[in-house]
Amino acid sequence: MLEFITKLFGRDNGSKNVAKERLRLVLVHDRASISPQMLESLKLDLIQVISNYMIIDEANLEVNLDSSGSTVALVANIPVKGMKRNAGDA
Amino acid sequence: MGEVIVVTSGKGGVGKTTSTANMGTGLAAMGYKVALIDTDIGLRNLDVVLGLENRIVFDIVDVVNGNCRLRQALIKDKRFDGLHLLPAAQTKDKTAVTPDQMRDLCAELKNEFDYVIIDCPAGIEQGFRNAIAGAEKAVVVTTPEVSAVRDADRIIGLLEAAELREPKLIINRLRPKMVKQGDMMGIDDIIDILAVDLLGIIPEDEMIVITTNRGEAVVLDQHSRSGQAYRNIVRRILGEEVPIINLDESTGFFKKIKKIIGLG
Ligand SMILES: Nc1ncnc2c1ncn2[C@@H]1O[C@H](COP(=O)(O)OP(=O)(O)OP(=O)(O)O)[C@@H](O)[C@H]1O
Ligand SMILES: [Mg+2]
Repeated sequence: MLEFITKLFGRDNGSKNVAKERLRLVLVHDRASISPQMLESLKLDLIQVISNYMIIDEANLEVNLDSSGSTVALVANIPVKGMKRNAGDA
Repeated sequence: MGEVIVVTSGKGGVGKTTSTANMGTGLAAMGYKVALIDTDIGLRNLDVVLGLENRIVFDIVDVVNGNCRLRQALIKDKRFDGLHLLPAAQTKDKTAVTPDQMRDLCAELKNEFDYVIIDCPAGIEQGFRNAIAGAEKAVVVTTPEVSAVRDADRIIGLLEAAELREPKLIINRLRPKMVKQGDMMGIDDIIDILAVDLLGIIPEDEMIVITTNRGEAVVLDQHSRSGQAYRNIVRRILGEEVPIINLDESTGFFKKIKKIIGLG
């Protein structure tokens, strides 16, 4: 009976909500794709900031956007060669 | 000085050509001078939709190659003196025109026409880049489906990257009954997701098929919902505030009851 009533008033069980949710997810991924140029300039900025504190292996630095499920994360793998002596002081 | 508007979508077959023809015809019917450009080189359609296919002598590639003057390639509409079509070439491909050439072409047309409306091909390749090169405003057409809205989102991003900001959205082929039943995304759902302004809603309508078969524009049909919807879009382009028509099939309570007991 309840099912009949919800059908009657066109509530939440239609395919529309499935469509909306799928669309939302697919756009999270689509919109997370950034251009190679942007990623490159992000890398350069990161290197500059981190170099104030550590000596890093710039050649092997990796920065990527990782998207899984409904979330997107910025994942950076930055090999550290050494710490700067007075890093914390400034 | 006229205004150059590109009609685009990403996904194919969602109603770009139909919308271009109807906006153009509607504006011409109100006395404006309008030039329509078909940039779907190799797959030209706008001529047929407008019923002008038998009058083509020169096309857009002839113009940019200097085989003829722009005036010679412009085809005058059957009904409205102010409406002109610059047809696409059918035997060339999209690289036969460059974005720079499109920019010059639009600048020239703008001097003479109040509105220059560009029918963009599907996709995001050179045809798209040509179509948007000379445009100042953009209209994005979508249908209430996941794939079409997704492509519209991508197109909106590309338009913004090309400095064509604040595109306006047309949602085509909406079926109010299905929305009501919860089986089709509605206006608010789509607007929320895309975060753009709405230019109009066109219902799914047989009259579009019928008028297109005849090479006429539904915007001139006084009795159909889609005709009304396109007339409203035309008025919004002209800057009027026109409320979005309620496409509900007036399912009053009694109608609903009738439907349930099988009398509707
Ligand atoms: N609201 C509508 N109701 C019914 N039929 C429609 C509607 N809108 C468009 N159509 C039909 O859908 C088909 C595709 O429309 P149209 O050619 O305008 O799309 P398009 O986006 O230009 O396609 P393409 O990407 O191939 O250029 C046509 O046959 C047209 O008559
Ligand atoms: Mg088309």
